[in-house]
Amino acid sequence: MLITCPYCGPRDVIEFTYQGDGNRERPQPASQDLDAWNAYVYDRLNPAGDHNEIWQHSGGCRAHLRVVRNTITHEILSTAFARGGHKSADNRAEGRS
Amino acid sequence: MAEYSAFSLLKNALAGNKDWKPAWRKPDPKASYDVIVIGGGGHGLSTAYYLAKEHGITNVAVLEKGWLGSGNVGRNTTAVRSNYLLPQNTRFYEHSMKLWENLSHDLNYNVMFSQRGCLNLAHTPAHLDDYARRGNAMRHLGVDAELMSVDQIKRLVPALDVSGSARFPVLGGLMQPRAGTARHDAVAWGYARGADRRGVDIIENCEVTGFLRDGDRITGVSTTRGEIRAKKVALAVAGSTGHVMQLAGISHMPIESHVLQAFVSESLKPVIDTVLTFGMGHFYISQSDKGGLVYGGDLDGYNSYAQRGSLPIVDEVMSEMLALFPGLARVRMLRSWGGLCDMTMDGSPIITTGPLPGMYLNAGWCYGGFKATPASGWCFAYTIAKDEPHEFNAPFTLDRFYRGLIIDDKGQGATPRLH
Repeated sequence: MLITCPYCGPRDVIEFTYQGDGNRERPQPASQDLDAWNAYVYDRLNPAGDHNEIWQHSGGCRAHLRVVRNTITHEILSTAFARGGHKSADNRAEGRS
Repeated sequence: MAEYSAFSLLKNALAGNKDWKPAWRKPDPKASYDVIVIGGGGHGLSTAYYLAKEHGITNVAVLEKGWLGSGNVGRNTTAVRSNYLLPQNTRFYEHSMKLWENLSHDLNYNVMFSQRGCLNLAHTPAHLDDYARRGNAMRHLGVDAELMSVDQIKRLVPALDVSGSARFPVLGGLMQPRAGTARHDAVAWGYARGADRRGVDIIENCEVTGFLRDGDRITGVSTTRGEIRAKKVALAVAGSTGHVMQLAGISHMPIESHVLQAFVSESLKPVIDTVLTFGMGHFYISQSDKGGLVYGGDLDGYNSYAQRGSLPIVDEVMSEMLALFPGLARVRMLRSWGGLCDMTMDGSPIITTGPLPGMYLNAGWCYGGFKATPASGWCFAYTIAKDEPHEFNAPFTLDRFYRGLIIDDKGQGATPRLH
């Protein structure tokens, strides 16, 4: 499986660390809403199909990435920096890989 | 249907083996049942078997998407053990071990349960201390456990590199002598035959495509072979739990589906007569009665419903095998495959009533489901029949995650790929 890092280009999956479901919303640090914290820590969307997920290019530029990947075919549909506002170095991988 | 015995074997052999009957029927689904079990794997079939045998509930259908044995019950590495640290897990898996010990007689079907022991290797003094603690915890609950010295290990597994020059020298190990292996296909077939003989309908090639509801209550399922109604609908779909729960309108669960690969080598003469695990990585190996080495390692590490893995894990598993057994370097791998693991947030399973009225859930087996097959079905059948859990599965609720009652044997936290 190749993941196209917006900064480094296509790289083997062994360079990346999986950080799971990208749909989770972390409550504000001061939040005392137990249900929201429980949902953030324990609940996962686990679809058979397209899945929003977070990966870190830990063996490369160390950027955190937002990846859309199909869990049945393993096809990567899109990759982008997890934080907005960044442009890739040479526009190699904006959007689809 | 004829009992299997030495006499029936001989009689049929003399008659040219022409009179054997199929081990289970192929019925068409009825319009309604008392209980529908979704999933014709080991856990679904054993649930149906114990519903009929222990609770007299025989108006039961087991719905299987493919054919029996096509899922994880035919994809695992066949190890059976009960060497857990936490009492909730130890009690449950030890109950399973006791059912395993009498399973072939109970089913009148040889599941080839072989108590060849399971040895966890330790590679650091701290590791050995940790195993001593786990062994003591097990013995405290009446489970067998023995610490082994390097000399004992060397005698037990001569092919293992126990030299000080090994990449990770072996310092000792924790042995559960009553652990072992079983033939996984026979477990599925034996339970299927046992359930069928008691009146359970096993319906293959019947995929559930939705749930019938009356308000919140589940009243049946729609399938590729029509609608089927039931008073109680029980899920035992392992890696597909997330997908099937979404059909019932529940989008979020404390579960991720991951792919786990397994491997078998060409047949060798006997070289390993126990189940051995590596302590510095994640690797386990045993040898089948046909002579193939059966082994595996970590998950691929990302959500997957693909039932196939990728090459980096193949590479890692082979490296781990060679770190233990340099002498196996030229053995050829025969086959590899993948299965879907329903990884929970604490690494322990879920056997419970709900979460919707009329529904019962058996899930979250991570990659330890095979050894649990008898107790999982036994406890799930109890839960379905009595609408409350047995004390063995009472801790395995779905809401434990939200009530601070997690059962995290490995102490890994809510990162399912690491359990």
